[in-house]
Amino acid sequence: MTKNVLATGLIWLMAALVSGVFVWLLSDILIHGLPQLSWAFLAEAPENSGRSGGIGPIIVSTLLILLVAMVTAAPLGLATAVLLSEFTRYDSIFGRLVRRSLDVLAGVPSIVFGLFGNAFFCIYLGLGFSILSGGLTLACMVLPILIRTAEEGLQAAPNDYRLAAAALGMPRSAALVHLLLPSAAPALLAGLMLGVGRAMAETAALIFTSGYVDRLPNSLLDSGRALSVHIYDLSMNVAGGDANAYSSALVLILLLFIINTIAMSLAKQWLYRRVVSI
Amino acid sequence: MNEIEPVDKTRMNESYTLGPLQAGPPCCDPEPLIRVDNLTLHYRKKPALENVSLDIYKGCITALIGPSGCGKTSFLSVLNRMTDMIPDCRVSGKVHFNGKDLRDPALNVQGLRRDIGMIFQKPVPFPLSIRRNIELPLREHGISKQAELNDITQLVLQDVGLWDEVKGRLESSALALSGGQQQRLCIARALALKPKVLLMDEPCSALDPISSGVVEDLIQRLRGKYTVVIVTHNLAQARRIANYAGFFWIKDQRAGCLIEFGQCKQIFEAPVHELTAAYVSGSRG
Ligand SMILES: Nc1ncnc2c1ncn2[C@@H]1O[C@H](COP(=O)(O)OP(=O)(O)OP(=O)(O)O)[C@@H](O)[C@H]1O
Ligand SMILES: [Mg+2]
Repeated sequence: MTKNVLATGLIWLMAALVSGVFVWLLSDILIHGLPQLSWAFLAEAPENSGRSGGIGPIIVSTLLILLVAMVTAAPLGLATAVLLSEFTRYDSIFGRLVRRSLDVLAGVPSIVFGLFGNAFFCIYLGLGFSILSGGLTLACMVLPILIRTAEEGLQAAPNDYRLAAAALGMPRSAALVHLLLPSAAPALLAGLMLGVGRAMAETAALIFTSGYVDRLPNSLLDSGRALSVHIYDLSMNVAGGDANAYSSALVLILLLFIINTIAMSLAKQWLYRRVVSI
Repeated sequence: MNEIEPVDKTRMNESYTLGPLQAGPPCCDPEPLIRVDNLTLHYRKKPALENVSLDIYKGCITALIGPSGCGKTSFLSVLNRMTDMIPDCRVSGKVHFNGKDLRDPALNVQGLRRDIGMIFQKPVPFPLSIRRNIELPLREHGISKQAELNDITQLVLQDVGLWDEVKGRLESSALALSGGQQQRLCIARALALKPKVLLMDEPCSALDPISSGVVEDLIQRLRGKYTVVIVTHNLAQARRIANYAGFFWIKDQRAGCLIEFGQCKQIFEAPVHELTAAYVSGSRG
């Protein structure tokens, strides 16, 4: 009896602690970040190393880097996941090797990806410090997450669908497109959002690849400063930049939130249409 | 029960609509559609079926009975090459369908599975609308005119007695149907492809007695137009609907084999083998 009360109390305490940390973090950012937040802040270019002015070009760079990363990583990740889950046996040497490598890659510190990206994309491929280099480096970084979540989603799709589709003489590709991928869609989306989150939060890998330049990029081959790099710079290197660092952090969180919401609602609509329409 | 009359050949070419419920088997002069000769099947090194030989007769209902694990499902999966999907499954022996070698590696398996449909124990409706459930495989087989698809959908749903129940909600999810309705939808989906043979693996065992009865009546009405091979644990059901019956048994705790095959009436009323006699009388298995 007392044991139960104790356990319940402990669980509540843990829950309170975890949510408490989250609330504290969020309110800290809100309190310090909200005052400077305005449309002008979102639109203007940074001045005086970011102490004043806004973060317009930085938002643009961030979104471009994210776009490059996701546009490369998502199809590649999905294709690899399909190959692993549908076209190789789970216990084959190839499958085991790829899975093991991915798990190792997922745990590699991002600074290592930064160094690799710098050496490979910036120097070897000659892309220099650019949004393209940064985006491609991030793509390498989120690829393991995307592949593993997508693969697990596909594995979790009912095997009955594969059998029933085959028994109706449907090719495997049709079962994949019409039955397996849709039923794995929530997992695919969750993986994608995890990847977006990781990419948006990335600083170390971008410092070496997309660089520091806080001007509006003219092309993907221009250097561009990501929000996370901006926050890092303002809080570590720029005296008096704390206020704007907070506002930038707030914008980063809002961006993540908006992307998540849009993705969720799109997915919901799509799933709904799939059942209802022809 | 076994009043025998010849298969009505003209009805074989008719389109989808099934005839009324026919009591008793319409086939005499049995014409084998599938011939299985000395079939042996291994999973990895372990044999699951050994030396099975039997003929499946055109237009008849063949029931396969026997205890759990004696390889009935494995036998069915040989007939539509579902065994291809199981790694480490090895099949040997001769299987002919319509005179063609069914185990030919060059055979068009998708075409074969269109000719030989399969119904599973647990209904597997796709998570799509009722209409899309039937249209999806048809589209994959190259039927894409909407008018034609609509006609086929209506006909097969009428055939399985589902049309009146669902005609108002064809666009809603098939997952919302009851178990029995789902199973009939799966049968309709298979019939839409105009198969020659339907393999049914315990199609009623996940259903309540009423739905089970409805599906059983439906299977009865397939007789003559389709060749049905049904696995069932319900001996009374096998006795009610089958023209032919095959009894499988696990020999020496090792592999399944066919003990006896013959007319349903004979298997149930005058079994030759004593194992069969014990099994159908309920004293064993
Ligand atoms: N995919 C598989 N891999 C390995 N062994 C299998 C596989 N499928 C079936 N077996 C084995 O083959 C034997 C026959 O199985 P099968 O499913 O054909 O029996 P069954 O007669 O259909 O049984 P039940 O009446 O329970 O459905 C069993 O011993 C089973 O363990
Ligand atoms: Mg079985």
